[in-house]
Amino acid sequence: MDALILARMQFAANITFHILFPTISIGLAWLLLFFRWRWLTVRRASAAAAQGWLDAYRFWTKVFALTFALGVVSGITMSFQFGTNWPGFMERVGDIAGPLLGYEVLTAFFLEAGFLGVMLFGHGKVSEKVHLMSTFLVAFGTTLSAFWILALNSWMQTPAGHEIVDGKFRVQDWAAVIFNPSFPYRFSHVLLASALTCAFLLVGVSAWQVLRKAAQRSAPGVMRVGLTLAALLIPVQIFVGDLHGLNTLHHQPAKVAAMEGVWNTGRGVPLLLFAVPDADRRMNHFEIKVPKLASLILTHELDGEIKGLNTFANAHPPPLPLFFAFRVMVGIGMLMLATSWIGWWLLRRARWQPAHLPRRVLWLFAAMTFSGWVATVAGWYVTEIGRQPFIVHGLVRTADVVSKVPSAMIGFTLALYLLLYLALIVAYLGVLKYMAEKPEEVLQVEAVEQAVTPPGAITAPVVQGATA
Amino acid sequence: MSWMNLDAALPVIFMALMGVSMLIYVISDGYDLGVGMLMHRATDAEKDVMIASIGPFWDANETWLVLGVGILLVAFPKAHGLVLGELYLPVALMLVGLTLRGVAFDFRVKAKDAHKQTWDRLFFAGSTLAAVAQGWMLGRYVSGFGSGWNYPLFAAAIAVALPMAYVLVGAAWLVMKTEGDLQRRAVQWARTAWAPMVGGLVLISMATPWVSVTVRERWFSLPEIIALMAIPLMTGASLFAVLAVLKTKQVLGALCWLPFVLLILVFVLGFLGLAYSIYPYVVLDQLTIWQAASGPAALQVILVGACISVPAIAGYTVFSYRVFRGKTGELKYA
Repeated sequence: MDALILARMQFAANITFHILFPTISIGLAWLLLFFRWRWLTVRRASAAAAQGWLDAYRFWTKVFALTFALGVVSGITMSFQFGTNWPGFMERVGDIAGPLLGYEVLTAFFLEAGFLGVMLFGHGKVSEKVHLMSTFLVAFGTTLSAFWILALNSWMQTPAGHEIVDGKFRVQDWAAVIFNPSFPYRFSHVLLASALTCAFLLVGVSAWQVLRKAAQRSAPGVMRVGLTLAALLIPVQIFVGDLHGLNTLHHQPAKVAAMEGVWNTGRGVPLLLFAVPDADRRMNHFEIKVPKLASLILTHELDGEIKGLNTFANAHPPPLPLFFAFRVMVGIGMLMLATSWIGWWLLRRARWQPAHLPRRVLWLFAAMTFSGWVATVAGWYVTEIGRQPFIVHGLVRTADVVSKVPSAMIGFTLALYLLLYLALIVAYLGVLKYMAEKPEEVLQVEAVEQAVTPPGAITAPVVQGATA
Repeated sequence: MSWMNLDAALPVIFMALMGVSMLIYVISDGYDLGVGMLMHRATDAEKDVMIASIGPFWDANETWLVLGVGILLVAFPKAHGLVLGELYLPVALMLVGLTLRGVAFDFRVKAKDAHKQTWDRLFFAGSTLAAVAQGWMLGRYVSGFGSGWNYPLFAAAIAVALPMAYVLVGAAWLVMKTEGDLQRRAVQWARTAWAPMVGGLVLISMATPWVSVTVRERWFSLPEIIALMAIPLMTGASLFAVLAVLKTKQVLGALCWLPFVLLILVFVLGFLGLAYSIYPYVVLDQLTIWQAASGPAALQVILVGACISVPAIAGYTVFSYRVFRGKTGELKYA
């Protein structure tokens, strides 16, 4: 295989592995802040309710710490791979990408890393207020990090605010670079994706705990939070996703044509529910279509014109992966809508006691635990593969900036990374399952450690949580 | 070059910023990695305390590496391509090591008891792999990626010496942060690591001028050499002071912080010596910082951000070290 494909595969493998973890940690940080705040507000009124929120906070903090660590290590790998895989990228667009990445490190990375220690281990060493503030700063840092990285990513999709002098990009207007045409849509879409991923993670893990009769104090409350969040946000996400799609149609019509498998420009284009796009013969096999629907959705007119891939000669992305990735994302979105609305209604009817839900509903929730991951990765493939063959849409080709490292070397390290990532995903899921099923055991271990720790070193709430 | 001209001075400022980031990384993650490499010598209970002593810090420590490499990428894109192209394989190995070490932190306390030992081993292995890879990279970088039989030998020597330095600073960290049996053993570990570390340092100081003509001319010319002698002399004095303190009784009590602080001084002096050897090159004998630098417009924008955020980062780093000051107890998520 040639170096370009290998370099792309390696970067894709790393970014796919990486995005799983920030997608959870961005949303989960805010949810932890919510759990902590709920505990603080109800602890005088009801000891039992407070205990549930404290259990939830402590359990999900462990999940957060694990997730965050995986995000950090894969993020460090990425900071190296920008240079090792795409050395020409920085030489051409360094004036734009450099400051955006630099600001991410300076404002966001240090903030979240600096206060993470206090958030995870500082309870009892700092006041409740400072601890809550540290949790807030970690949550804020993760979101700020998403802001900078998506500003750069969106600029690569819809470049603006620059001029090109002797092949190098110079900034003319920073506001136009950061708030480029696709940024507001992409940023909202990704943050909502993070919130939904967390919502279904909460619902799924709580359902698993109810099925296994674990974490009985916290699981009902956590499931209610997750389902409510999902039911509220999924319609917003579908609406924002539609706006994002229209924005893409305007700025990157080739991407939309590939997503919809439209080979030739036409009016009254049908929506393909299924097809197998064939890049060699430039046609689709096995089409199942709804007449005129694609034109209606994309142009809001039955006979609206949609540009086909024929308009873009050889400068368009491969339709096969886009066509399927897009349908996976939308399909999961629909499944999320149905699950969260029906689930919320059923849980309400069960007086918010998940133990009273039919077991098949709990199994459905458990099966949806990582639905957010699948939808996020599929959506990410749509937007990133959809940018090809360019690295900066319409302006810089990916092939022109690729590394000159021998392909055998790239292949070897790719295999190394793949092996490592696969092992780590398996370990992550295994540990998550173990912690979900045995949260009491983990608390018990802490109670034993408690006994051997010098007095005064640890806070009262831990003891309370372990022995109550 | 006029020093009055900000545009021309920008590459120098960023080289300094990058160097300082890397220095802070080497010291701060150096003690993390050193503690990791000492793990297999400790009992299970001691392992928990050792991990707890670095738990609140390692993530922020690693961020300095991201900043250092980030500045290389952003401010000196040409050098970034050249350096990381040359070091492609050791970089990948270091990243694998850092990944294993980073995740083992969390997995070891959350996994089933049966798996804890595996994660402890991976913690040790990851720390060692990362340290060795960093030593190799430092060796290749310092010698300007030269080819010939002596260059890989030189890199291999540093690939052994740097982990030894990390072990020494890691042991000094434990002397400062722990008490009782573990502290006494940490003193012993530090004394064991001292000789190979010093041997490595002497070897490197003699070998660097041997493999690089530029470095040789820089150091061994009059009258510079008289002023420059201060660096090796102070380094030597600090190192012997470390050994002397380690042999006293007070190192278990009131002076427990001294070996660690003296070793920071050693790292700073080593860094100054290195900076003097290499400047104004960013890749020795190949690229000067002006040849490699990005346009002034981008550097100015980042400089503004750095001027605001670096003091803030320093502020909350101090805050975090204050919160977790004193001897390490058990760490709890709460």
